[in-house]
Amino acid sequence: MKSKRITHRFIPNSVEEIEGEILAAIGVSSLEELFSSIPKEVRLKRKLEIPYYPSEFELKSHCKEILDKNVSADEILCFLGAGIYNHYIPSVVKEIIGRAEFSTAYTPYQPEVSQGVLQSLFEYQSMICELTGMDYANCSMYDGASALGEACRMSIRANGKRKILIPKFINPERFEVLKTYVEPLDAKIAKYSQSLEDGQADLRDIEAKLGEEDVTCLYMEQPSYFGYLEQNLDEISERVHKKGALLIMGIDPISLGIFREPSSYQADIVVGEGQALGLSMNYGGPLLGILAARGELLLRQMPGRIVGMTTTQDGRFLAFCNVLQTREQHIRRERATSNICTNEALMAIASAVFLSLLGPQGLKDLAECILAKTSYAIKRLSEIKGIKVPSFNAIHFKEFLINYQKKDCYEIHKELLKRGIHGGKIVREEFPELGNSALYCVTEVIKKEHIDTLASNLEEVIKY
Amino acid sequence: MEEELKALEEIKAKIPEKILRKSLAKLPELSEVEVVRHFTRLSQQNYGVDLGIYPLGSCTMKYNPKISEEIVRSPKLTQMHPYQDMSLAQGILRIMYELQIYLSKITGMDKFSLQPAAGAQGEFVGALIMRAYHRDRDKRRNEIIVPDSSHGTNPASASMAGFKVIVIPSNDEGLVDLEALKASLSDRTAGMMITNPNTLGLFEVQIAEIARMVHEAGGLMYYDGANLNAILGKVRPGDMGFDIVHVNLHKTFAVPHGGGGPGAGPVGVKDYLKDYLPIPTVEFNGKEYYLDYNKEKSIGRVRSFYGNVAHLVRAYIYLLALGPDGLERVSEISVLNANYIMMKLSKYYDLPKAKGKFRMHEVVLSSSKIKRDTGVRTMDISKALLDKGIHPPTIYFPLIVEEALMIEPTETESKEELDRLIQAMIDIREQAYKDPESLLNSPQNTTISRVDELKANHPKSLKLTWRYIR
Ligand SMILES: Cc1ncc(COP(=O)(O)O)c(C=O)c1O
Repeated sequence: MKSKRITHRFIPNSVEEIEGEILAAIGVSSLEELFSSIPKEVRLKRKLEIPYYPSEFELKSHCKEILDKNVSADEILCFLGAGIYNHYIPSVVKEIIGRAEFSTAYTPYQPEVSQGVLQSLFEYQSMICELTGMDYANCSMYDGASALGEACRMSIRANGKRKILIPKFINPERFEVLKTYVEPLDAKIAKYSQSLEDGQADLRDIEAKLGEEDVTCLYMEQPSYFGYLEQNLDEISERVHKKGALLIMGIDPISLGIFREPSSYQADIVVGEGQALGLSMNYGGPLLGILAARGELLLRQMPGRIVGMTTTQDGRFLAFCNVLQTREQHIRRERATSNICTNEALMAIASAVFLSLLGPQGLKDLAECILAKTSYAIKRLSEIKGIKVPSFNAIHFKEFLINYQKKDCYEIHKELLKRGIHGGKIVREEFPELGNSALYCVTEVIKKEHIDTLASNLEEVIKY
Repeated sequence: MEEELKALEEIKAKIPEKILRKSLAKLPELSEVEVVRHFTRLSQQNYGVDLGIYPLGSCTMKYNPKISEEIVRSPKLTQMHPYQDMSLAQGILRIMYELQIYLSKITGMDKFSLQPAAGAQGEFVGALIMRAYHRDRDKRRNEIIVPDSSHGTNPASASMAGFKVIVIPSNDEGLVDLEALKASLSDRTAGMMITNPNTLGLFEVQIAEIARMVHEAGGLMYYDGANLNAILGKVRPGDMGFDIVHVNLHKTFAVPHGGGGPGAGPVGVKDYLKDYLPIPTVEFNGKEYYLDYNKEKSIGRVRSFYGNVAHLVRAYIYLLALGPDGLERVSEISVLNANYIMMKLSKYYDLPKAKGKFRMHEVVLSSSKIKRDTGVRTMDISKALLDKGIHPPTIYFPLIVEEALMIEPTETESKEELDRLIQAMIDIREQAYKDPESLLNSPQNTTISRVDELKANHPKSLKLTWRYIR
C-alpha cells in the first residue's frame, strides 16, 4: 500500500513542492524510483500498525495519562535502594545536561567543535580518580554491572587466569551480568563466604580459594550489597596480591566522602554505579558505569573511551581529545578490548557537575548526613520487637537489612504499601539463608519523621 | 536533626579509624554560579544538532523533538525506582510493553527485549543468543561472518561472545560477494551479522538469497539496525530473512546522543529464539503489565534493570508523533536528501562503487583523487568544513573506501541546509586545487585550532586526569 505522503513538522523537505524540486534535481520523477533497489518480494505491502497523534497537545495528554498511572517515590514514602538511590539532584545538574549543545552532540570525533563534551569528560575522569585514588578512569561504561563484567574481562586479559572470586552477598544484578560477560571466556566464578553474624569476609575461605590455581581476580564491594562495611580489606588485599591476582573493588561513590579510597587498599580496578552522582532513578536507566584502574598494564586493557589533555598543534591552547583509541572497536575490530561504542557520556557530565557543586567538604557532609540517618534509622527501628535490625552486626552506610523474623516479608510489604510506605527490597529469593529479610535504604531525602513513620507503622504491622 | 546528630556521634565513635578516609577528595571548590558559568561556557564550545546539520554517516543525527525532553522530565518518570511494586509502575510498564510491540511491527520480529544500553550491547546479546541457540542443538558452531564494510562493533561483539570472526570482501558493486560468502560458510558457521542498507548506503539486493544461504548452512542472520532509518515502513528485516535484530533508538528513533551516550539498543527476535532473550521482558496479562523473569533458556542479563528507560519513553513518543505515514516519510525524505547530495557532489568527489546507482539514506564519497592531486586529505576537508560552521561527515569509514566521507543528512535537514553543506564541500574542493596550503591550517574559526592528537597519545605527554599536570 502506498503511504499517504504527509507533510510533517519534523521533516522540512516533506513539503510537496520542495520534494518535487529535489526529485527534479536528482532527475527522477517519483520517490519510488529511489527505492527501486529493494526487491518487490521483500517489500512491506501494508501499513505499519502504529498509532498516530498528529498534534503535540494530544500526544502530550496521552503520555501524561499513561504516566499518571505511575506512583513515584515522591508520592509514597519509599525505602528502596539496592543499587539505585533516591538522592537529591541539584537544579544546576538538570539545567546543564539539558543544554542541547551537550545533549544533541554525537561522540566527540571532531575535537575542535567538541571541547565542551571533551573537557567535561576529562574533568569527570579526573574527579573519579580523586575520589578513588586510581591513576585513570574511562569516560563511562553502560552501568555498574557491565563495568564489573568488563573489569573481570580486563583482569583475565591481563594475567591470563580464569577464576573470579566474588562475595557470597554480592549485588544479584551485578552477579547476573558478570556471569553473562565472562561466560564466553570459559571463566569460572566462585563465591567466598561471609559471616552470617557480622557479614565480614571469611579470610580463611578466601585464602583457601586463592590457593587454588588460576585465580585472576577477587571482587569485593565496599559498602557491601547489604550496606555494611568490611573491616579487613587490607588483609584481603594482601592475600590477593600475594597470589598475583588482581583486586577489583565495587564502590558507592558517595560513601567515598568518608570511607577509605580504593587506592589505599591497593585496589587494581575500581567499578561502581554512578547513578548516585546526580542521575535520576528513571526506573533504572540511563545509568553510569564507573571504571578506573591503575598501572601501565591495565591501561592497555581498558575498554571504552578515554579523554586526554593536549594542546592545539600550534601549541598555543590547551585542548582535549579522545586518546588511546587503538584499544577500541572502530580501529581494532575483533581484537578490541571491548565492543563498547556509544557509552553514557551525558551521565558522566551530570556527575562532573554534581561533584563540582558539592566539592570536597560537601561530599563529606553528604556522606555524614546519610551515615547519621542510617544510624538513626537502625537505632529507632531496632526498638521494635519482633524484627531484627540490622541483620548484620556491623557499621552500615545508607542501607541495612531488616529481618522480619517469623512474619512473611511479602505480607509485610503489602501491609506497608496500604499505608503509603514502600518497604525495602525483599531479598529472600536471592538469599534464602537470610530468611524474611528486606534491604532498606535511607538517603538525605529521608527525614527523621519519615523514619519515625516507618517505625510506628512497622510496629503495628508486625503486631497485626 | 538533633537525634540524627546524636546517632552520628555515636556511630562515629564506633567506626574503626582504619576504614575512614584520611583526607578529603580533591574536588573543585566553587560557588554555584562559578559551576554554572564553567559548564555553560563549555557547552558553548560544543556543536550539536540544535545548532545545524550534523551529517555523520551511520549515526543518523536527526532532530530530537523537544516534546520528548519535556515529558521525560516528569517526576512520574524520573522518580520511579526500578524495584517499586509493579502495581505502582503500570504507566511506565505499559509504555515499555507497547514499545516492544511497535518495534516488533517495524522490524518484522516477534519479540523484543529493551534491556541493551546501546547498539553494541544489542549485538553482544544477539551473538550470545546465537551461541545459546547452537549450543542447544549441540553443534560446535564458533564462527560469525561479517562483511569487510561492517562497523567495528560487529566483529568486536562477535568476538566478545566467544566467536571467531570471518571477514568477507565486498564485490565491485559494494555488496556482499556471494561467492565469498559461499566459500566462508561451513558447519562452523553460527551466523552472519550485516546491516542493510549497508555502510555504503546501498541496499543488499540479494539479501533474501544471502539469508537463504546462511540458513541452509545452519546459521542465523543478525541485523545491525544502525541503518534502519532508510527503510521504515518500506521493508522489514524480518521479511528479508533476519532472525535477530537490534535497533539504535538513539539513531532511528530520535533519542539524543548526549555527546556520546547514553543510547538504547533493544533486541528483537523471531519466535523460535524468544526464550533466549535477556530477562526480564515486559508482559501484559490482559489486566496488568508485569516484568517476566521466567525464562530458563535466557542468556541472562547484560546490564542491571530493564534498559535505558528514559530513552525508551523518548522513542515511544517519537513513534506516536509520526505514526505509520510519518515513519514512511522519514525514510522517504532521508533517502531523498541523501540522493540529492550524491547527485550534487559526485561531480566533485569520487563516488566509489556502484556508480550511477541510487543510494538509500547515506552516501559515501572519497577524496582520494583530491589527495593525489593536491595533498589535501579527507581530514583537512573535514576541518575546513568546521571553519564554515558545518559539522563534517563521518570520515575514514567504512574502511574499504579510501579517504572516505560518509554523509548521512537525515530527513530533518531542510533543502537550504543541504545546499549549504553541498556548496561548502564544492568550495573546499576548489580551494584544495587553488591553495592547498591554506586548508592544512584549518580550522581557524572554531574555539580552538587543530588539536595535537599525536601529543595527546604520546607516552611522554599522555595526560588522562588533571593529576598528570600537578
Ligand atoms: C553500522 C553501525 N553498527 C553498530 C553501531 C553501534 O551502535 P552503538 O554506538 O549504539 O553501540 C553503530 C554506531 O555507532 C553503527 O554505525
